[in-house]
This record gives sequence, C-alpha cells and structure tokens, in this order.
Amino acid sequence: MTGRQLITGTQNTWCPGCGNFSIQHTLKNVLAEMEQEGKSLDDVVLVSGIGCHAKIADYFNINTFYSIHGRTIPVATGIKLANPKLTVICCSGDGDSYAEGLGHLIFAAKRNIDITVLIHNNRVYGLTTGQYTPTSPLGFKGKSTPAGTAEYPLNPIGLMLASGATYVARGYTKKMDLLKKLVSEGIAHKGFAFIDVLQICATFFPVVDYYTPRVYELPDHDRTDFESACVKAREWDYNSDARIALGTFFERSLPSLDDKVAQHEINPADRIRAVREFLVTRT
Amino acid sequence: MLIRKTKCASAGFFWFLRGEGSMPTYLPLKKKYQNIRETIMKDVTVLVGGKAGDGINSAGALVAHLLNHIGYSIYLYFDYPSLIRGGHNFAIIRGSEKSFGTCWNHVDFVLALNRETVERHKDKCTNETVIISNADLVKSAGQGIPVKAILDAEHAPEIMGNSAIIGGFAKAAGIEWDVVTSVFHVHIPKAVDLNLKVAKRAYDQMEKVHPVSKGSKPPGPLLTGNEAIGLGLVKGGLDAYVSYPMTPSSGILHFLAEQQEKFGITVVHPENEIAVILMALGFAYAGKRSAVGTSGGGFCLMTEGLSLAGMAELPLVLVVSQRTGPSTGLPTYTGQSDLQFILHAGQGEYPRLIVAPGDAQESLFWSAVAMNVAWKYQVPAFILADKTLSEGTYSVDPAAIPEVPKAESPRWSGTAPYLRYADTPSGISPLAFPGMKDAVIKVNSYAHDEAGITIEDADRTVQMTKKRLRKEEGLTEEMQGYPGINVSGNPGASTALLCWGSTKGVCNEVATILGLRVIQPIVLSPFPLVQLQHAVRGVTRLIAVEENATGQLAALAERHGIVPDKKILRYDGRPFSPDDLIEKITEMIL
Repeated sequence: MTGRQLITGTQNTWCPGCGNFSIQHTLKNVLAEMEQEGKSLDDVVLVSGIGCHAKIADYFNINTFYSIHGRTIPVATGIKLANPKLTVICCSGDGDSYAEGLGHLIFAAKRNIDITVLIHNNRVYGLTTGQYTPTSPLGFKGKSTPAGTAEYPLNPIGLMLASGATYVARGYTKKMDLLKKLVSEGIAHKGFAFIDVLQICATFFPVVDYYTPRVYELPDHDRTDFESACVKAREWDYNSDARIALGTFFERSLPSLDDKVAQHEINPADRIRAVREFLVTRT
Repeated sequence: MLIRKTKCASAGFFWFLRGEGSMPTYLPLKKKYQNIRETIMKDVTVLVGGKAGDGINSAGALVAHLLNHIGYSIYLYFDYPSLIRGGHNFAIIRGSEKSFGTCWNHVDFVLALNRETVERHKDKCTNETVIISNADLVKSAGQGIPVKAILDAEHAPEIMGNSAIIGGFAKAAGIEWDVVTSVFHVHIPKAVDLNLKVAKRAYDQMEKVHPVSKGSKPPGPLLTGNEAIGLGLVKGGLDAYVSYPMTPSSGILHFLAEQQEKFGITVVHPENEIAVILMALGFAYAGKRSAVGTSGGGFCLMTEGLSLAGMAELPLVLVVSQRTGPSTGLPTYTGQSDLQFILHAGQGEYPRLIVAPGDAQESLFWSAVAMNVAWKYQVPAFILADKTLSEGTYSVDPAAIPEVPKAESPRWSGTAPYLRYADTPSGISPLAFPGMKDAVIKVNSYAHDEAGITIEDADRTVQMTKKRLRKEEGLTEEMQGYPGINVSGNPGASTALLCWGSTKGVCNEVATILGLRVIQPIVLSPFPLVQLQHAVRGVTRLIAVEENATGQLAALAERHGIVPDKKILRYDGRPFSPDDLIEKITEMIL
C-alpha cells in the first residue's frame, strides 16, 4: 500500500497535552518517510504493551500487536525471528518495560535482536491513575506511596549500556526534530535499538518546567566510545538536579540474533525424509 | 446421562477372581505368568543401576536395542533423583511380545554397576534373577565381570566399562554376538570397535546362564515420549519451538535443538516461561507454527500468555509434562495432578484443546493433530504428558500412524480492508500475516471489534465473546471424528478402568490379565461426552486409576454425569506397576 492513511479513525483518548501525541506524530512522520523511500509499510509491525502509550496500536493504521503489560519485547522478538524481513517497532511504557517486563528488556539488549524499542517514559503510571514507576524520583507521592517513595529511580540508559544494547539514545517529546532523528536512526540500526523518551504525563506528572531548562543535545560526542557513553549516562540519574543529555549515547555494530538464530525453512518432502532418517538412527 | 452407582460387582467379574468357568484366576494366573516367563521367556525385564553419572540411561538404551533386535517390543523406565552426580539411577527395560508401557515389580536380570544397585533392588529379584555386576565393585553377587582387567587388557578408558557389562549380559541372555555388533555399530557414537572388543571379552567369559528366546517382531524405532512429541509436532508443520528448560519436558527442547537444521525449525531458549509463550505468540502472529514446552511450574508463568492466545485468537501448541507437585515437588518423578489446572488456566473464557497421549505411538499422532487443530480453530492446544511418558522409551510403529493432513484456517481473500476478527458463522476468521499486501493485521488483548480495534461497549463485547466461543462447537464436532477415547482390554466387561495418559500401559496389561475393560480418554477438552457415554455402555463398575491424590479425571467425568464408583490413586511419584494395580483392584472388589 502506498500513501496510506496512517492514522485510524479510532477516537483518541489521550489527555490534552499528553506527551504521547508527540511520539505518535514523530512515528507517523518516520513511517511516511520510510514509505517515501520505498519501504512497504506492509512489512512494518508495531507492538505495544498496556498503559496509555499502548493505545498507539489502535491509532496507527499499520500491522499492530496490542499485547499485555510488560510483554512487548518477547512478542516483538518472536515476530522478528519468525520473519526477519519485517521491521518491528516496540512502543512500551516505563511501567511496562522497566517494571513488569524489565527482564525482557535486558535480554533483548543482551541478544541484540533487531527491533527498535521506544520507551514512553512519563515516570508515572497514568492509566492506573498515578502510582510511582521505576523511574519516578525519590520521594514521589503517588496513590500507592502517599508519604513519598523510599526508592531511588533506575537509570535506564546506564542499564542498557551494561546490558549490551547496540544503540542507546534518549529523546524528549518537546524536542521533536531530535526525536524523529533518533527514531529513524533506531529503526535503521541493525540490532537492538533502545530509545528512552522523556515525556510528560499531563495529568499525573506534568514536569515540562523541570525538563525544558535542563535538556541539551550531546555535542561532539563519540557514540562509538563506550566509556564516554557511560560517563554521559551518569550525568543525570533520573533523580538529582543535573543537566539532561539528549541524543545517541552509544552505537556499535554486532551480528543480530535474528541473523544467527532464524532457521531456513526446508520443503515438506525434505522434512519427511529427515524424520524418516532420524527414525532409522533409533532402530 | 449415565450415572453409575453400582453396589454389587457383577457375577461376571467374580469369575476372574474365583476361577469359575473358563476365566483364569488371578493368583494361579500370576504363577502361570511367572512360569511362562521362566520357561520360554517371551517377556524379559532387565534392571540397570548405578550412580548418577555412570551412564545408566545410555547403558539402558543399549540393552533396549539388544532386546529390540531379538524381536521384542520395548518399554524403558528411567528413574533418577534431581542431581547431577552421585545419587542412584536405574533403568528398567522390558522386552515383551506386546508393548505395554509398564514394568512388573520383579526383574529377570540386574546389571549392577555398583554395590548399591544390588542392595536397593533386592525386592525386585526372584530366585531366577541373574545379577551381572562389575566384580571390582560388587563382591560375591551373581555373575561378576572383571571390568578393570578387561579394560586394561584392551587399553580402554574407564568409560567403556559399561560395554563390558552389556557384553556379559548379552551372553548370559543368549543373544548372538552378531546382534551385539550391529546394535553397537548403530548406537555407540564413538570408538565402536574398542567398545566391541571390551564387550567381546566379557561375552566370551560369561556363561549362557539365562537364555532369552527370540521374539517375532522386526526391530523398530525406539523413541522417548519427548522425542515422539517433538516428531509429532514436526509432522504437524512445526516452524518454531520455544522453551525454557524444565524437567521432564526438557528432552523435547534438547531433541529439537539438536535436529533443528535437519527439520528446518527455529529453536529458542529465552529468559523465562513468560518470554517463551509471548515469543511463541509472536511467531504465530507472523504466520509460523510454534509450540512451547514446560512442566507445571513453568506453565504457571505462561497463564497470562495463554489467556492472550485465547483473546487474540493466536494458534499455539503447549506441551505440559507433569511431575509430582505442588510447587517444586519431586522434580524427576511422575504425576498426573495438573489436569484440572490445565482445564481452567488463564483468566476469561475461551475454547482450548487438551489431548493426553498414553505412549510414544499416540504422542506421534496426537502432537500433529494438536498443531493442526490449533491452526484450524486459532485456539491454544495442549499436549498433556507426564514424566513416565516423556522420559520413558517405547517401541513405535510409524507405519501404523494415520496420516494427519495439514489443516489450517481459511486465508484472507486479499480484498481490503482486512478484518482480523471477521465474525463468521463458524467463529473462525480468515488469516493474514504481516508482509501480505494491504493487510492491516491488528491483534489485540483488549476486547476488540472485527478489525482488532479496542472496544468497550456492551453489545460488541457480547458479539465477539460469542464469536470466540462459537469455535468450540466446530471443534467439539471435529474431535468426534478422531479416536479420542481408547477402549481396550475386554471391551465387553462390565468392570472398567478409567485412566488417562501414561497409566494406559499398566491398565491395559492388568485388564488383559483380569479380563477388564479399559477406557482411556485422550481428548480431555472439549470433553468427549458422546464418545465416553458410548465407551461406558454396559459398565456397572467404573474404577478411576490415576497418579494424583484426588482423582482429577474422575472429577471431570463426574461433572459430565459419569461417576466413577471407585478411585485407585497413587501419588508418590512412581508409576503404578501391574503387581500394585492387581492388588489394589482385587482388594477393592473382594
């Protein structure tokens, strides 16, 4: 299909001012560009989890797998291994992939499966009406922690670097040009691409005034330098007051899991012969 | 509706016990049976025992192949604790004219690789039992073989000691040397000539103390239940097997991983069972036939994914091989205590297929059926196994397995817009896969409309629930066309044993001796009510035989109006033996 209407007629139920609109818009522009460059969108699959971010599956008029909480990544991994020709994009939340499905995120990085993961990191559970997530700052007062959280947040950039991700970036929904560049790069990257997207939750964590003065684009950063990526990752720990670097922290090229694991199919007659030959070895 | 609450045993049944008429009696028959074994030996049982790490399983497999090659049907039971080295392992290999998939409590030969084997298995020995042992380790017990001297003479490594024991056994059992040679050539992967030299020395030193006469069956393939399940899946068109190791299902993972290139499949071992089932659903979404394998604990982690498969209508085969529960339980021992869990697992309501094959032969057939049914109805399909089946080795006859023609859902016509959940009369929606031109394929865990878009309104929620449940009508009808219930033993008997899964073997043998009927449902969901009603016709006493503590099949049958009169339950992790079962049945009846 060419020149397809990219957005479905489904009524959008994100709150006014929600950061998800920016991510949707960015992704729409990236998809349109891919199509203009000759990529068939029939070969693209979007996988989402559960949470506000996940509604994006209903809103895009492309192949989607609206999965369950925390499980976008194993679904996406299965799809990619089943058909390595597909471009597989995961939209996942911070509750999704940093809490419920954290193990899958680490293993996807470790395996270097060729998928692109966008974390809609609003640092709060929105759809369940305001509880802390793994990236909420210390002392965050949510409905499950009225006296404030007792936990420091995770640093997902550091975590992904430690886990072997071959593309690690951070974007911000108020910096849409950069975000588009990161998403395009992530999709083009052959291997596991991770993009932590800082987005505000208009209702439960509206922190534009915190982010906007602190963010900056990484200048003259050598993305192939792992040590320097680790230093930059530590600059802001998702808790303390510090400058917040945006852009690509790290990228390197390694063989991806789908190249190594996916078997070539064989025709049914060869398969029957293989079974028969196997039975002889057991006689 | 049949409800059986018979108070008296039929006169017919007591004939067996009293020896009236032409029916055999139990006790004299057992003696007669023993006599038959002692004189013509058309039924031979060999126990191989030693420490974990001694290669008991491979030694057992060689013995099994020797018996296979002298004309017997084979069943091998492997017993081992949950450790890598040091504990006691043993295999019992039975060769018989007819394959029963069970072993009696007494054995004809003991191959003792250590002293403990002789001590531990005294209760399995009769005056006729021949003990063949490593004379270096086991003093004054039966026929000692000087293993160390033989190895030294051949400059052979210690690992070849088992070949000496097997060579000695072959001679003691009167198996011709040519048979040993041909079996070693096929089944010993490395240094076969040296292994044969070691075996020959022991063979030449041993007397033909307990000759076993030849059987009439041509040698056939021997498969574990796990291998048979794997092969059945491959025959059913398997593209990808995804699994996290868990005893007793791991054998399927190992087997398919080893054979993946030859069979043209992808095998993945992810981080946990949650990832396993979600990856498998990713494969299914992309149009690839996938299966997962686990045991009860791993399946607990899969239940959210199972419910997703039900809602998103993604075809999937799940192999669940049971062990003794609850929780970690006895990891390497058998059980049948997860039937009720599998029947009800996962939130919400959706159709599912559950089949419980009773041996390797049935596993080959039903695993292929499960895959086809999953893809025709877009439902989860379970193959419910247990440790006895998964890790037991059986003779199979591939030629006797009916062909399972490839079945699938109708494909999308290609005319956009594509509706992934088109509401059809059968409830089955045509399938399309990513990459197909102009198909926008939306699957969804939320309640959704025909296009796969999330909905919350009452009317369409009801409509789509009915659509999903409607598939069960076709599924139920389809399964009636399969041999979903085995009736064996004496099909006219008024006392019947109701069993499922691997207890099929022991029930069949006991029923043959006692003249009882055996009713073995293989399809457990959708419940084969019509077939079961037919199978119990004329039964006045129905005895459920299960390896669990509550009688889970009995409860299922009861829910459908067929009430077993008695239950014989075993839940110590060990399979029933014919001896135990005969005793339990006779106690119950008298």
